[in-house]
Amino acid sequence: MVPILISAFTATSSLGCGCEAMLHALAEGECGLAPCRFETVDLNTFVGEVTGVDQIVIPSGLSAFDCRNNRLALLGLGQDGFEDAVRESVRRFGTRRVGVFIGTSTSGMLETELAYRRRDPDSGALPADFDYGGTHNCFSVGAFVRDHFGIEGPAVVVSSACSSSAKVFGNAARMIQAGLIDAAVVGGVDSLCLTTLYGFNSLELLSPRPCRPFDAHRDGISIGEAAAFALLQRTPDDAGPEALFLLGIGESSDAYHMSAPHPEGRGAKAAIGAALASAGLSPAQIGYVNLHGTGTRANDAAEALAVQAVFGDAVACSSTKGSTGHTLGAAGAVEAVISLLAIRHGFMPAGVNTGLLERGFELDYVRSRRQARLETVLSNSFGFGGSNCSLVFGRL
Amino acid sequence: MTLLQCHIEGVGAIGPGFASLEEFRKLVETGRADPSAPTPVPPPACLPAAERRRAGTSIKLALAAGLQALEVSGRDPTALSTVFASSGGDGDNCHNLCESLASDDRQISPTRFHNSVHNAPSGYWGIALGATATSTSLCAFDASFGAGLLESMAQLVHDRQPCLLIAYDVPYPDPLDRVRDIGGAMGVALALAPEPTARSLARLTLNLGEGPCSELPEAGLEAMRRGIPAGRGLPLLRALVLSESCRLVIDYLDPLRLELELTPCR
Repeated sequence: MVPILISAFTATSSLGCGCEAMLHALAEGECGLAPCRFETVDLNTFVGEVTGVDQIVIPSGLSAFDCRNNRLALLGLGQDGFEDAVRESVRRFGTRRVGVFIGTSTSGMLETELAYRRRDPDSGALPADFDYGGTHNCFSVGAFVRDHFGIEGPAVVVSSACSSSAKVFGNAARMIQAGLIDAAVVGGVDSLCLTTLYGFNSLELLSPRPCRPFDAHRDGISIGEAAAFALLQRTPDDAGPEALFLLGIGESSDAYHMSAPHPEGRGAKAAIGAALASAGLSPAQIGYVNLHGTGTRANDAAEALAVQAVFGDAVACSSTKGSTGHTLGAAGAVEAVISLLAIRHGFMPAGVNTGLLERGFELDYVRSRRQARLETVLSNSFGFGGSNCSLVFGRL
Repeated sequence: MTLLQCHIEGVGAIGPGFASLEEFRKLVETGRADPSAPTPVPPPACLPAAERRRAGTSIKLALAAGLQALEVSGRDPTALSTVFASSGGDGDNCHNLCESLASDDRQISPTRFHNSVHNAPSGYWGIALGATATSTSLCAFDASFGAGLLESMAQLVHDRQPCLLIAYDVPYPDPLDRVRDIGGAMGVALALAPEPTARSLARLTLNLGEGPCSELPEAGLEAMRRGIPAGRGLPLLRALVLSESCRLVIDYLDPLRLELELTPCR
């Protein structure tokens, strides 16, 4: 693919608001997970909750969008000068030449869960202040971001579980490449809600402690929430030697099971291979792999096989979900930002909480932060329904 | 202005009172479409029995519409990329989960949970047909059909590979239907290819423009177009069954519309 310039990026997660907080936490090997005190949830698990989300006020003109997911989106957009960068792009290219492509799995689902507790006992009706389109609907966060910036270009929300906000980099890149737009706000926003917490509990996939990806004793995921964004634009002639780019994207489907990965990592391997081909790079040219690495027995085993099949034991890799938790539909964008920070600041983040690697995983797993000049990073995101996406970032 | 171009090789159509494109053609010819008629949703024979039992209406509808278009196109499903566009997903499942989570007993079924993801039809499509290519599941509320068509054509232009678009919507149950009224169940599928082939039904070009949207002269069909997000694609289906060369304007996100030009190949 033609490289696409990433002119701004930001992430807000349980590690803090904005890139500085994330960089500091990754340098210190911090874990943002804590015992679950979210809402009325009564589960023995750890979560990566973002503090201060419910203190965020949605502007009055956009009040139909008021829900935890969009408050988190607004909190995330407000970091690192990202809003100014977007507004500058809109001024420069025009409102219709900028697109919005967001990934989410939960959207404002929590609002509906809460509204169901307030149903009219006689009629069964949902409360009058409940706004389905503004909150619950998958597209809510896309419409919110579009309206917030006054963007009039193409927009879509991709919701393919945990690959959602990796895949939007592809949607945006294709539209830029096709000449439909000049720039795009891409990102992922996913917030804690009861459906995901009780849902993963029903699948017996929640760890009772902070998750330990790739550890021999890993026992499940820790759910987190996050908002992460990047501003993509058609690459100008004068981007400069330190400019960062989306270099490749690979997507595939497992065609195997709704909630279990192909045991040999068939789909994961195909996505990684396609991303490398799209970037025109050989496996040896990748400096670090940010693994999907959720911490379940099956996911990590399948991913280890896929990574080994492509890279052998030669590539440094780790999962950062021990720090952020699995931020579900936002994970792809969060890990894209981590990958970009790793390249810009020359380090490989540690996979915290991971002790003894599972026997048989022939991986160079980064367990304490390493300094290294990185030219290219591959980031993996694999989701329910067998939806896989790998991204390659780097310098030109 | 940028123009996207593709060739339509297959069409799937299921909606109120029609189970196929042929039955949709009859409604166009007779003008007797009834938006309140039930939508005949066949069970997905392609799914293994265990999965077939668990599949909700939206999964069945998406698979059935997609299979119709696939069959006409004659394409190999294992390597065909797919775009699933829905304005909401599985409402019955969502209602059940929300009721459980609002109750004293919050235990929910694992199947209901994994079927609650917006990309459940895509997952089942892959399982049923061994489809391992790229699949995108997207939503743009009432503009979901237009968003799906735009994404499909951008993929085609970029990757030069055939792509199957499946747009589908199923009404929500009470009480969600009182805050989100979808006027019927409908699945519209288009098998698209970058180059003309012997199977090409029509050439389609797409441009971003502005309204007003093309309306349908048959009152019942126009009600479906307005009432069901996937129905925004009906003007395109109508032009296809009438084999008309025409320009159409399809609903998308304000202020944008999709300006289409359709030229039959035979």
